[in-house]
Amino acid sequence: MMERFQYDNRIAKNFMFVTILWGLVGALVGLTAAMQLVLPSWNFAEWGSFGRLRPLHTNAMIFAFVGNAMFAGVYYSLQRLLKTRMFSDLLSSIHFWGWQLIIVAAAITLPLGMTTGKEYAELEWPIDIAITLVWVVFGINMFGTILKRRERHLYVAIWFYIATWVTVAMLHIVNSIELPISLTKSYSWYAGVQDALVQWWYGHNAVAFFLTTPFLGLMYYYLPKAANRPVYSYKLSIIHFWSLIFLYIWAGPHHLLYSALPEWAQSLGVVFSIMLIAPSWGGMLNGLLTLRGAWDRVREDPVLKFMVVAVTCYGMATLEGPLLSIKSINAIAHFTDWIIAHVHIGGLGWNGFLAFGMIYWMAPRLYGTKLYSTTLANWHFWLGTLGIIFYAIPLYFAGFFQSLMWKQFTPDGFLVYKNFLDTLLEIQTAYWLRALGGTLYIIGLLIMIYNIRKTVSTGKLIVNEDAEAPAMEALKEGHSESWHRAIERRPIQMLILSLIVVGIGGVLEIVPTFLVKSNIPTISQVKPYTPLELHGRDIYIREGCYTCHSQMIRPFRSETERYGEYAKAGEFVYDHPFQWGSKRTGPDLLRVGAKYPDSWHYYHMFDPTSMSPGSLMPAYENMFENELDITTTEKKMEAMRTMGVPYAEDFPTKANDDIQKQSAEITARLKKDGIDAQSDREIIAVIAYLQRLGTDIKSKPVTEISELP
Amino acid sequence: MSVIFLLITCSTLVALIFLGAFVWAVRKGQYDDDRSPAVRMLHDHPPQVDTNTKVK
Repeated sequence: MMERFQYDNRIAKNFMFVTILWGLVGALVGLTAAMQLVLPSWNFAEWGSFGRLRPLHTNAMIFAFVGNAMFAGVYYSLQRLLKTRMFSDLLSSIHFWGWQLIIVAAAITLPLGMTTGKEYAELEWPIDIAITLVWVVFGINMFGTILKRRERHLYVAIWFYIATWVTVAMLHIVNSIELPISLTKSYSWYAGVQDALVQWWYGHNAVAFFLTTPFLGLMYYYLPKAANRPVYSYKLSIIHFWSLIFLYIWAGPHHLLYSALPEWAQSLGVVFSIMLIAPSWGGMLNGLLTLRGAWDRVREDPVLKFMVVAVTCYGMATLEGPLLSIKSINAIAHFTDWIIAHVHIGGLGWNGFLAFGMIYWMAPRLYGTKLYSTTLANWHFWLGTLGIIFYAIPLYFAGFFQSLMWKQFTPDGFLVYKNFLDTLLEIQTAYWLRALGGTLYIIGLLIMIYNIRKTVSTGKLIVNEDAEAPAMEALKEGHSESWHRAIERRPIQMLILSLIVVGIGGVLEIVPTFLVKSNIPTISQVKPYTPLELHGRDIYIREGCYTCHSQMIRPFRSETERYGEYAKAGEFVYDHPFQWGSKRTGPDLLRVGAKYPDSWHYYHMFDPTSMSPGSLMPAYENMFENELDITTTEKKMEAMRTMGVPYAEDFPTKANDDIQKQSAEITARLKKDGIDAQSDREIIAVIAYLQRLGTDIKSKPVTEISELP
Repeated sequence: MSVIFLLITCSTLVALIFLGAFVWAVRKGQYDDDRSPAVRMLHDHPPQVDTNTKVK
């Protein structure tokens, strides 16, 4: 019996429009950050300095641009693949508005310096909870739709959507376990090496299951649709899906090669990373070979052009990824712009171009019209492609050459480039070209906005699109059909039920972490931070210093010569969160403590060029104006105690006395150098923290190893 | 490094969920036909006789 029903096009349209909107905003923030790396004067305000804009850019591109594109694609394709309307229009709507509110909250809080200091998971805990809730809504809507489908077979794209939902839910919850001290500040539950491991397990799999699997799903729907021919090998798509999801989750440690992470964990990450080439290229080849015999159409159809470049970029990035996780290559590439180039091949090429191809295909269909201008779409395509090239190639050069400069020794065994800044200034041309690439890409984006606007104005949104399909007959009579028939009419009940289940799951996950006791050998010289240093550390996190400065000296001679003793796992046991960083636009800071006098830091933070002429670092005048907020001291110290940092029981209440004492000492030292500093300013705390960094085991032999009390 | 046990547990849990899904898919005959799904997804069927909304 044929059944009549209607597809909900409005939700796909809504998500499509915000994809474009946030894509533009995120890209403009990215361009601003790129300009700040050549012209420090572009650090226009306290809230607009590089350290705060960079997280805003990454979060906007990942969660706002790619996220909304994913939802637009899923809401459009899922209904058609399953021959049914979405499970609940209400849930669709909650999902849409909830996600946009999260994005707005991110856009406000990140520039204000409210951050957890963990890359791509910077959002503070209330937003983390909101993300979880909206994600659950999305899940119910998706699984509800799957349950009431009229098509028995789940097309491969749907499997990719399911994998995305399941894995992102778990990653997000595990990585976001933090101890709040206020609405806007929390500390990662994990410390040091453990925090790093959790973070990169999350970070890597966020790339895998937020940027890759959903877009592979989109590729398997939109590419065959646009080419109007079946995917090259459906069998390959199935094999490639299952092998990809089983391999991906184990590769995270490749982000921590040569770090203080145990060797075996590093090797595990490398092995799985290399194996990932196979399923990744299975997907790429399947996409490209779908176009066999149709390449003449690629010449004419901008949609296919975008998709071909997207899939090619996917192939390049997924070959490069495993190569970068080989230790000898990683030794060169890590901490450099090579990685920035690598992720932009993925971001601009794979995610961006696939989203654009999808939008150009989908917009005319949603509005029952034709694309306004193929010529303009072609212009977008070529500007975007040039943009990617201008972005990536100079940065590949920059990364490679800067790394070689870091490692260059004279015949007598001294560093050739003693001053880190010299190596940075050598690659300024590449940074300019990168900004040019970004500009070209954004011009392309603007052309798309015009084109889509015009397209939309010539048509009318088909809010509810009629369709018909035979009802799905039960394979055999049984209870399985009836129980979901019963719940599928009750979205709200199902929502509440799922929230309870997720809540129980969350508690079960948190419990073991409360029981977790660190068994990392603790170096006895390593002591907890003083209250003032802890405040300084929080300012360091707030300003996003980790976006340019690592705190991880790898065991290479070139690094120990430049920065000092290499990093030990036991040094970081009190670091909630860890601040190893992933990119060195400035020098490593792990052993910066006691390297310069207090006055050097004082001048340097006020105007970096006064101490390092030509420096690209933003000035932090705000630290000289803002009074240090010591009302939170007790809460902070209590939180640290809760997480096992061995402060004395009555210490939190007396912590502010300790702050007075230490800041008076620093002010006195500054006075000796002729600086009249106010002891209650943030800069004093920052100096205290910087001067403490790495000093516990600096130039002292590491003798005793003991267990954490 | 005790946190690695948490991560391995979670990762294994997800792997098991997927394994279960895979077994379900195979047993339900999802992969008995590995040809026609790729072709069928290309066809959207607008209703034969259109009454209200125009579909293109």
